[in-house]
Amino acid sequence: MAESKLDLLQGTLDLMVLQTLSAMGSLHGYGIARRIEQVSDDAVLLNQGTIYAALVRLQHRGWISAAWGISDNNRRAKFYSITRAGRKQLAKDAAYWQRLSDLMGRVLTMDSEGSA
Amino acid sequence: MSDQQPNSITGSIRRGLVRLFSFFRKRPLDDDLNEEMAAHIDFAIEEKMRYGLSYEEARRQVMIRFGGVMQAKEMQRESRGLPGLDILMQDLTYSFRTLWRDKSFTIIAVLILALGIGANIAVFSVVNAILVRPLPFRDPQQLVWMAPEASKCGFSCETYTADAYDEFRQMNHTFQDVAGYFAFSSSDNVKLTGHGQPKPTTGIMVTGNFFQTLGVEPVAGRLFLPEEANKGARPVTLLSNAFWHSQFAADPTIVGKAIDLDGTPVTVVGILPKDFDFGSVFSPGSKVDLFTPAVLDDMRQWGNILALVGRTRPGVTIAQAQADSNVVVPQLYFNIKYPQSLGVYKKRLMQLMELKEYVSGKLRRSLIVLWCAVGTILLIVCVNLANLMLARSATRTKEFALRSALGAGRMRLIRQLLTESMVLSCTGALLGLALSYVVTFFVAHQGSIALPMLSTVRVDGATLLWTVAIAVFAAVLFGIAPGLKASGRNVQEALKDSGQGLSQGRRHELTRALLVISEVALACVLLVGAGLLLRSFLHVLDVDLGFEPSHAAAIKVDYDDGGKDEKRGAIFREMLNQVNAIPGIEASGIVDYLPLERNRSWGSPEIKGKHYEPGELPGAFVYMITPGYMKAMGMKLSGRDFTWDDGPKGDKVIILNETSARYLFSGGDAVGRMVVMNDEDRRVIGVIKDVHESNVEGQPGWQVYFPVMQERPAGAELVVRTKLPPDALASSVMSKLRELNPNQPAAEFRTIQQIVDHAVSPRRFFVLLVVSFAAFGVILAALGIYGVISYSVTQRTQEIGIRMALGATISRVQLGVIGRTFRLALIGIVLGTIASILVARAIAALLFGTTPTDPMTFAGMVLLLGAVALLAGYLPARRASRIDPMTALRNS
Repeated sequence: MAESKLDLLQGTLDLMVLQTLSAMGSLHGYGIARRIEQVSDDAVLLNQGTIYAALVRLQHRGWISAAWGISDNNRRAKFYSITRAGRKQLAKDAAYWQRLSDLMGRVLTMDSEGSA
Repeated sequence: MSDQQPNSITGSIRRGLVRLFSFFRKRPLDDDLNEEMAAHIDFAIEEKMRYGLSYEEARRQVMIRFGGVMQAKEMQRESRGLPGLDILMQDLTYSFRTLWRDKSFTIIAVLILALGIGANIAVFSVVNAILVRPLPFRDPQQLVWMAPEASKCGFSCETYTADAYDEFRQMNHTFQDVAGYFAFSSSDNVKLTGHGQPKPTTGIMVTGNFFQTLGVEPVAGRLFLPEEANKGARPVTLLSNAFWHSQFAADPTIVGKAIDLDGTPVTVVGILPKDFDFGSVFSPGSKVDLFTPAVLDDMRQWGNILALVGRTRPGVTIAQAQADSNVVVPQLYFNIKYPQSLGVYKKRLMQLMELKEYVSGKLRRSLIVLWCAVGTILLIVCVNLANLMLARSATRTKEFALRSALGAGRMRLIRQLLTESMVLSCTGALLGLALSYVVTFFVAHQGSIALPMLSTVRVDGATLLWTVAIAVFAAVLFGIAPGLKASGRNVQEALKDSGQGLSQGRRHELTRALLVISEVALACVLLVGAGLLLRSFLHVLDVDLGFEPSHAAAIKVDYDDGGKDEKRGAIFREMLNQVNAIPGIEASGIVDYLPLERNRSWGSPEIKGKHYEPGELPGAFVYMITPGYMKAMGMKLSGRDFTWDDGPKGDKVIILNETSARYLFSGGDAVGRMVVMNDEDRRVIGVIKDVHESNVEGQPGWQVYFPVMQERPAGAELVVRTKLPPDALASSVMSKLRELNPNQPAAEFRTIQQIVDHAVSPRRFFVLLVVSFAAFGVILAALGIYGVISYSVTQRTQEIGIRMALGATISRVQLGVIGRTFRLALIGIVLGTIASILVARAIAALLFGTTPTDPMTFAGMVLLLGAVALLAGYLPARRASRIDPMTALRNS
């Protein structure tokens, strides 16, 4: 049971990472984490460290690629960017999430007569 | 979630490869990750400091935000590599470390496992060789053994005449071909000359198509040609691989050359392959050196001589072939020259069976019993190991509690314990494999055990698979119980528990007591089974064979009588006179076939003028003997022995055995009466006590004896009775024989006891194995009892100390401990006895002269087991009684 919950969380995080990279272009791990926090108004209480598991998973799937580079303030950092396969996957998953959240919205606003 | 599912097979394979790759590149990937995370933290700190925080405060906040660094790393590693394999490596390292630390436990556990698994592997390789593996011939499922059911008249009733063979070959519709071999060759029947001293060798005549029918290909040269089995053909031979190696040093140029057999040059046309071992298939426990084509035209008058093997046409079932033979066999002539011999085989139709079944079918039951026995041993080993593991896990309670407090899940702990048991069991299996390698090598080279295919016993691929299977099976069996036990405990309780606590200790002891009880019960079953088989074996050894095997020995002798009865009598008389003159020899005589070896039967004696139903009289075994043979063998004769005066011109005489005399003369005195045999009137001059002529365990059939001066023997075995070891006499006997006949081959004395031992060797082999398994089982059970009782004494040191301080006597303390042992053993023995009764009934067919409920065996084995159990309990009891109350109380 504990595992399936984690799966959901992972999937969500993966999707957030993909969307962030798609919108922002190439970013390093810290950048991605900060960006997600900012967008969610710090509503996502995410341990920043967990992002690295998501990054390696996405990399294995071939949806993002990584390369060492130099940051604005002259530090060595690993930069991630979304691949074509990643963009495709993002489109698919985004559509899926949209449908799911619409459905959940309807179900959860259902009143006693059964109409939304 | 859609993104969790593998998109495609190639995608998942690629991910798997990436993970595997990552697994082996742990170091660089970890360095990479460390650097990345360090950069992350630096970025975050810099950003915070830009808002005016001090470095320390910024770092503090950043670390909170980041979460556990180690956990993050661990998560990343899990997603990246093969977490299962990682855990396995960790568990393995940990197992090796803990097992290394607890050396005495490890050594005992591995040794017990090695013996248990080794025994299983060894028995499996024997079962595999004899029962499972197909015969080493082409399409062996098509080969059938063609003979009537075994009957009282031995080989002669399982064989066919040359005419019947030829006719059958032509008339059947279901066989590709039928082949046969001459079933009456005794060992060392040919002498090889021209290589120093004449060497006795064993040759068998086979039909010209024999090897083609079996599908055996020569390694050099060729097989026999059809015309080589014709009358007057150039004599040729095929050598067995072993003989080619031992006698001709595997010289390939021997093919095409002539060797001298009995003074005739015979051309070697080919060498048979190594995996063709005639003896191990058709006459277990004997070796055959060479093969010659049977010239059937010379053998038409010899009666039933050919043992037949056929190869059915593809797609023909045994039942179809059987139906075919049921039609053909009644149309066969015994001898075409005699029309009245049509239909002699009608009474005893061929009973076709797969050759494999003929070779090993008789042994199936014994082998299955052996297999069950060794399987029981494995169970006992597992129970014992589970017990040891439990004892060990009791001392490791705190370790497990600590680990689960630190977050190890239940599965994780079970997994760890299973890894440990797997390490133990695999180490045991490796050692066991080495052990069984030695055992199978030894068994395969026991030429004297009359079991088929024994020389092919070896550790092969199937055996290795079996080894893996039983190693895993054992590991799960003995690892799972302690695993569940150890992991299912309340952490808090375990951490608080000082290790001397009673509540947990008691529950623990109950499990262990149950294990010990089952161990005792299993050992009891094994012991009773082994006891019954052992008793049967002792009964077999006790059978009155009709002769005295001790102090007698036989040697093959060569003679040249030119086919003349007169001359033969004179030769043998002179030979025996010379031999009898050797000091130490009490009696000597000559026979053509020794009991329990080859035999032959011809018709049966009848009372003249009396009508017998066809098939009423069994064929009688026929022996040609010299005066003195019966005395040399220690046979019990009433009436008189043959004398040298019973010559070719004298009255025809015969000696009967009791069974035939009792039937013919309805219990009256046979001596002096007349019988007819093969159309000749003969006077019965003596009756001998029945001799076990073909086996030890069956009932003897009809036997008749003729003097060698009146009937031509098929060979000559000189039997001497002496109190001296036969080897001490060998040289003087041999020099006498050489003096009389320079062609006498360098034969060796075989004691008659050896011949008897050979006949009972399969039973001896099984009994030896089952008894040693039972002994091992009892030792393990004793070890189990000792372990449990000794552990409970240790656990109760304090309690016992208090009792003694309060005035309990030494004997009272001892009685308490022994009483507990007794209870455990008693329950086990009662359960075991009930199971034994069922098992004994199942093996009833293997018993000889012993009922499955033999009270002596049951009582003896139960007492033995009880005594061993009490001894195992006595040692800890003695220790308990020596506890010094002061020390015991102080130790807590």
